[in-house]
Amino acid sequence: MTKRLRLFLPLDSVAISLGADELAVALVRTAEEQGVEIDIVRTGSRGLHWLEPLLEVERNGTRVGYGPIDEQEAGDVLTALVADGSHDKCVGPVEEIPFLKNQTRLIFGRCGITDPLSLRDYQNHGGLDGLHAAQTMRPSTICEAVLDSGLRGRGGAGFPAGIKWKTVSEAAADQKYVVVNADEGDSGTFADRMIMEGDPFLLLEGMIIAGIATGATRGYIYLRSEYPIADDVLKTAIRRAYDEGMLGADAGGPGHPFDIEVFVGAGAYICGEETSLLNSLEGKRGEVRAKPPIPALEGLYGKPTLVHNVITLCSVPLILAKGSTYYRDFGMGRSTGTMPFQLAGNIKHGGLFEAGFGVTLNQLVNDIGCGTRTGRPVRTVQIGGPLGAYLPTSLFDLPMDYETMLANGAGVGHGGLVVFDDTVDLMNQARYAFEFCAEESCGKCTPCRIGAVRGVEVIDRWRSGEEPEQQRAVLDDLCEVMVDGSLCAMGGMTPIPVQSAIKHFPEDFKPTKQTNLAAE
Amino acid sequence: MSQNLSQTLRLTEIISEHVGAVGGVIASLRAIQEEFGCVPEEADLLIADLFNLSRAEVRGVISFYADFSRTRVEGILVRLCAAEACQAAGVQTVRKELEDTFDGGSTTMGVTVEDVYCLGLCSVAPAAMVDGRLIGRADAVRIKARCSAAGLEVAE
Repeated sequence: MTKRLRLFLPLDSVAISLGADELAVALVRTAEEQGVEIDIVRTGSRGLHWLEPLLEVERNGTRVGYGPIDEQEAGDVLTALVADGSHDKCVGPVEEIPFLKNQTRLIFGRCGITDPLSLRDYQNHGGLDGLHAAQTMRPSTICEAVLDSGLRGRGGAGFPAGIKWKTVSEAAADQKYVVVNADEGDSGTFADRMIMEGDPFLLLEGMIIAGIATGATRGYIYLRSEYPIADDVLKTAIRRAYDEGMLGADAGGPGHPFDIEVFVGAGAYICGEETSLLNSLEGKRGEVRAKPPIPALEGLYGKPTLVHNVITLCSVPLILAKGSTYYRDFGMGRSTGTMPFQLAGNIKHGGLFEAGFGVTLNQLVNDIGCGTRTGRPVRTVQIGGPLGAYLPTSLFDLPMDYETMLANGAGVGHGGLVVFDDTVDLMNQARYAFEFCAEESCGKCTPCRIGAVRGVEVIDRWRSGEEPEQQRAVLDDLCEVMVDGSLCAMGGMTPIPVQSAIKHFPEDFKPTKQTNLAAE
Repeated sequence: MSQNLSQTLRLTEIISEHVGAVGGVIASLRAIQEEFGCVPEEADLLIADLFNLSRAEVRGVISFYADFSRTRVEGILVRLCAAEACQAAGVQTVRKELEDTFDGGSTTMGVTVEDVYCLGLCSVAPAAMVDGRLIGRADAVRIKARCSAAGLEVAE
């Protein structure tokens, strides 16, 4: 008999969508048949998604990877593992793979390595260090540390986190809240999902620290309903955190309670906007609220509320554990720290790449992502979701940081990059931007609700050759009204993909004889 | 009549569990949708009463969210992502193939094909969810296989 094999297989949605669960079952079955003793630890994903399901085995303290592995290959791989480990699908020591080796993993350091549902594993890998540090600090000192780190909101707006913390902290109220925006609806983004599935205690730790700093005693995670696996993982992690005393009466230190609950949304993109999220969390229609009052002063049920994106809060434990200077040294200029960039769409090596701000699109798309999956030339990348700009390859050398992107009519957003090859029709994409806005607008602001519908019609008329010059003028006018007359980014930023497409790809905006795209 | 009464009792029971909870109206609706496969109109007034709202307010919430429906989905639900990353990866072709297979794409042969905006599998696009299970790098063959596994007889 050989010794027990210790195997690691992700429970991440991507791995499961490609057959990780079936593989796990097949491994257990074949192990029994072959008389091999195995343990399978279900981990988060490493983010090397083209290799999923990626099976790892521990050999002399090193994790060696095999992927992508189909359930039919289970027996074959197991035989190889019992022998010397050589197999066609072996990718070698996982941490030596350039895609992983060249990252700066401050947030995703544990993701893919530990058992996401083991609090002990979490602590053995540096978890709770930030919380323990925070428990010895005054609330104002914690807020200062977050401010000094330069951390900015990772949801898209890039607002300095420390200022929000200070505002909530200094507001007087009988009840304050921490609300996590886990309504990650932007196409091309999945970092929130990955960290919630792969290292959920990190989010809980960030929330508790935020509670200590602001005086909030209740936290809610607003999770989109399209993420059932994240929902399961989070709820199990929360239950275990209560069992171990990480949450509850003394979560923030003796006499400092903190409670966390997951609230599942109901399928509305707009609820990723913080004020409509708060309305939704109150059980109402997810309509946008006017600001002021800002949520930091009048948020959930009118109480001071710290609303943050998942990744923002997940950046906090490290800042407290290692100090704001340590964190600030990553990144460039006023964009400090790291960003999990998400390589998506038509990309050969898709996945998650965490790096300091300043990395270029060219590096991300061509060097790291290896170009398109179809093998055709890259034509454009849409950055930061459905409200993000379409950039041409001539701008691929720009460094990715908040200021540079803004200066070029784009935004980092939530760090998602959707790659398109040369078969893309940018007029179609511009039309889709309006179509999506029409579908998902909350309806409060007329320019967004009606403007998006008109936008689709204008593009259809332009395409059908009906006075194209006039349509162009109407479209510009319409975009201006949407930008100026919408309360939130839905109406205010839908013109960004539209106008960037027109600006950078004017050759696509011309009448065609076909009218196959007319509205249904 | 007795069936209607038992439905009323069950709805009231579900809703009562969520009174006082954060976002209780939406949580009730979610629980009802999960159990009944839709939100029966009868629920509107029951929720309104228990949460001290008007029926119009409750209807406003139901119609706002894509997850709530008035009618049950017939057969197997195939949710196909329609967002940008999946467009870039050719989801239109998959949709076309499915429509050809399932004849029109809507409710025929026990399959309902629905658009969804992002399942968070953008790095392995196109993405689909069949009968509640995720499929990455979805193509018509894999989707049909999953439909068969869920009990559908696909004619070839």
